[in-house]
Amino acid sequence: MRTISLKTAFCFAAGLAVAGTMSSCKPKKVESAIAGNAAEKVYVAPGKKDEIYLFTSGGFSGQIGVYGIPSGRMFKQVPVFSQDAETGWGFSEETKPMLMTSHGFTPWDDSHHPQLSRTAGQADGRWLFINANNTPRIARVDLGVFKTREIIELPNCGGNHASPFMTQDNEYVVGASRFSVPHDKDGDAAIADYKDKFKGTISFVKVDPQTGRMNLNFQLLVPGVDYDLARAGKAVSHGWVFFSCYNTEKAHTLLEVGASQRDKDFILAVNWKKAEEYLAQGKAKKWPAKYAHNVYDEATHTATSNMITSVDVLDVIDLPGVCYYIPCPKSPHGCDVDPTGEYICASGKLAAVIPVYSFSKMMKAIEDKAFEGDFDGVPVIKYEAALDGEVEKPGLGPLHTEFDDKGNGYTSFFVSSEIVKWNVKTKEILDRVPTYYSIGHLCVPQGDNIKPMGKYVIALNKITKDRYLPTGPELTQSAQLYDITGDKMQLLLDFPTIGEPHYAQACAADIVTKHEVKFYKLADNKHKYVATNEKDAKVVREGNNVHVYMTSIRSHFTPDNIEGVRVGDNVYFHVTNLEQDWDVPHGFAIKGANNAELLILPGETATLKWVPDRVGVFPMYCTDFCSALHQEMQGYVRVSAAGSSTPLKFYTGN
Amino acid sequence: MKKLKIFSRVIVLLCGLAMVPSNYLPVWQIQLEAPQYPEGLKMEIWSSKTAGDVDKINGLNHYIGMAIIEDANFPEFKIMPWLIWAMVALGVLTALIGRRFMLWIFSVYLIVCGVWGVYDFWHWEYEYGHNLDPHAAIKIPGMSYQPPLFGWKVLLNFTAGSFPDIGGWLIIAPAVVVVAILVYEQFIRKRLEK
Repeated sequence: MRTISLKTAFCFAAGLAVAGTMSSCKPKKVESAIAGNAAEKVYVAPGKKDEIYLFTSGGFSGQIGVYGIPSGRMFKQVPVFSQDAETGWGFSEETKPMLMTSHGFTPWDDSHHPQLSRTAGQADGRWLFINANNTPRIARVDLGVFKTREIIELPNCGGNHASPFMTQDNEYVVGASRFSVPHDKDGDAAIADYKDKFKGTISFVKVDPQTGRMNLNFQLLVPGVDYDLARAGKAVSHGWVFFSCYNTEKAHTLLEVGASQRDKDFILAVNWKKAEEYLAQGKAKKWPAKYAHNVYDEATHTATSNMITSVDVLDVIDLPGVCYYIPCPKSPHGCDVDPTGEYICASGKLAAVIPVYSFSKMMKAIEDKAFEGDFDGVPVIKYEAALDGEVEKPGLGPLHTEFDDKGNGYTSFFVSSEIVKWNVKTKEILDRVPTYYSIGHLCVPQGDNIKPMGKYVIALNKITKDRYLPTGPELTQSAQLYDITGDKMQLLLDFPTIGEPHYAQACAADIVTKHEVKFYKLADNKHKYVATNEKDAKVVREGNNVHVYMTSIRSHFTPDNIEGVRVGDNVYFHVTNLEQDWDVPHGFAIKGANNAELLILPGETATLKWVPDRVGVFPMYCTDFCSALHQEMQGYVRVSAAGSSTPLKFYTGN
Repeated sequence: MKKLKIFSRVIVLLCGLAMVPSNYLPVWQIQLEAPQYPEGLKMEIWSSKTAGDVDKINGLNHYIGMAIIEDANFPEFKIMPWLIWAMVALGVLTALIGRRFMLWIFSVYLIVCGVWGVYDFWHWEYEYGHNLDPHAAIKIPGMSYQPPLFGWKVLLNFTAGSFPDIGGWLIIAPAVVVVAILVYEQFIRKRLEK
């Protein structure tokens, strides 16, 4: 604080000296924007726990980051769409099917928008859904175990970006295409025929209320623009989903110019309950399709991948009452529904205002047929008829809005690099605070719930520059934490994140911890190759395949000496962790493995395939420091020449 | 033979019945705390079995070569439920018959059971604490791992505590009351009635 007063004093003196030629002091810099008590607000003492879980998308890492708020400490990276050698995700025989798509094994993707499952519009801490943008998919993470348990591919879709935004009771997670594609015949069309032949799709994936299991119930065939983000209605607007659309110019090349011509693009309002009625009436066409549905079974600790071959498609042009466009300035990104469900606010990246639509006005406009025409057969509601009001001169490049519990919205501004707080009813701007730098999405804990936790807003930044110690040309990604309990937003903390934090969701920690699983029960393990005790450990040869039923417990493998393996064999190490205690994983690694290690959790069985390529004795060992005798947890596999007569032999101890 | 006061008979009846739950609740507990186990480990001893974190404790004990704790090793688990049922029966009988000699029988039975129980528990603790596998990974000359009979004791990185559990208290407390009633009936009542 002393530096500020000195600086101010200096400016004051300088101002006197030049006697009015200098109009004002240079605006304050960041250091002066941090209040004195920020440290104590984010300090979580050793051994104490954070009050909030933050789940950030890993962006182009394809994963999810788990953090504590207010400390900003990272706890875990949950592998979702990308292989993870550290845990064996996508490398072990059990998890490889999770990354299957109609394109075959797909070891990477781009994950954008985490969504917490909810009951009556409030986060319930059971599951976390996230989209894959590149090869369109939606994944479900179980928050009892913090592991990905299901991935469903979305057919007929290019770029699953407006996803997986979910309805207030988990009825549906949605997936709308960012990149429209041609669908007729085999999909082989000239790109220049975009305007006539390219269409978008919106997938409605039903979520089983008990198990969370996903099922692609139907797809809507919609006009060929770019669908960007979405939010489901809630409370009064339950039954609708709202999507932002850009490129209503239908450009197919140099979109940065071509898709920025019209003053207004659209919000697409979808009445999914109406769509369900049409589906029930048999109005859907069955399209041949090919998409993978991958489910991990916790009893067998094994994933299976099924290819599904058809999908019900509803063409919205033939089905009145399902879709309406509302004009929206200009190239909207965020499309956010306030906690009451009444207000829908859109953030046009190139717009000078934030339009706030009223759901009840929209419904009245539909009733009164207050349309200004149609777009590709979908009625366009008059802008003024659905508009509640505009937030004027909010900033540059509005992207995304979340809400507190006091009737305020918090909108991120990429270009002017700030968060602006405004009142949803009055549209009055209340406060603005800089972000470092170029914020994308933001997150208020439970900010899309009916009752948000209006305590913090978290900025998810796109540019980091000088905020951290440099790490060469590639810098860390970062987020920032602001206190929003007072009239003025207060910057508390910068913290680094993995991948690009496109979006994040946060909720009170106890909502999640009540589902906590500490270990898997060995008695419930139904793995095909499980050995539930050391007496069941064995090695079985079936032709060229050698199955090792192995156990691990502090601090040895059974068996830990194996002979009779030959060059060219496929050796499957099925390792069961016999521990039944919290926080005792065992690792498994063997020399020359071309895939990864295994990290086996207590009560779990995991399988590493190993194809020995030469004669010799190969060490194997536990990679996770498990006990005082961890370093002794090791063994050998003897590999003899192909066709040799070395007998199969295995043991632990003499 | 002297007849017991109604008051004494009612109390003895209640004491006998109070012991019924002891066959359905843990009688004794051994607690273990260590830096790596801030939440603690607890072994429960019931009249017919062990319960709680026995598997975890066995897992840890293998480092020092302690024998595996498993119910089949303890013939007591076949007998103890009947010993407790006998306590209940003696309580009820004493109340029904209402004679002082019954109260003597009941009290002596309780004391004998108590002494035997303490000895038997100590004996097993000694057995497990001293009978160690000579090939154990951790061997400390002169070190034994006998848990305390009652109270706390430090064993390497663990602090071990040994205390009655709820079912144990439901035997100990009524037993103390029964003996107190006996003292009253045998010694105090006469003086008061003089």
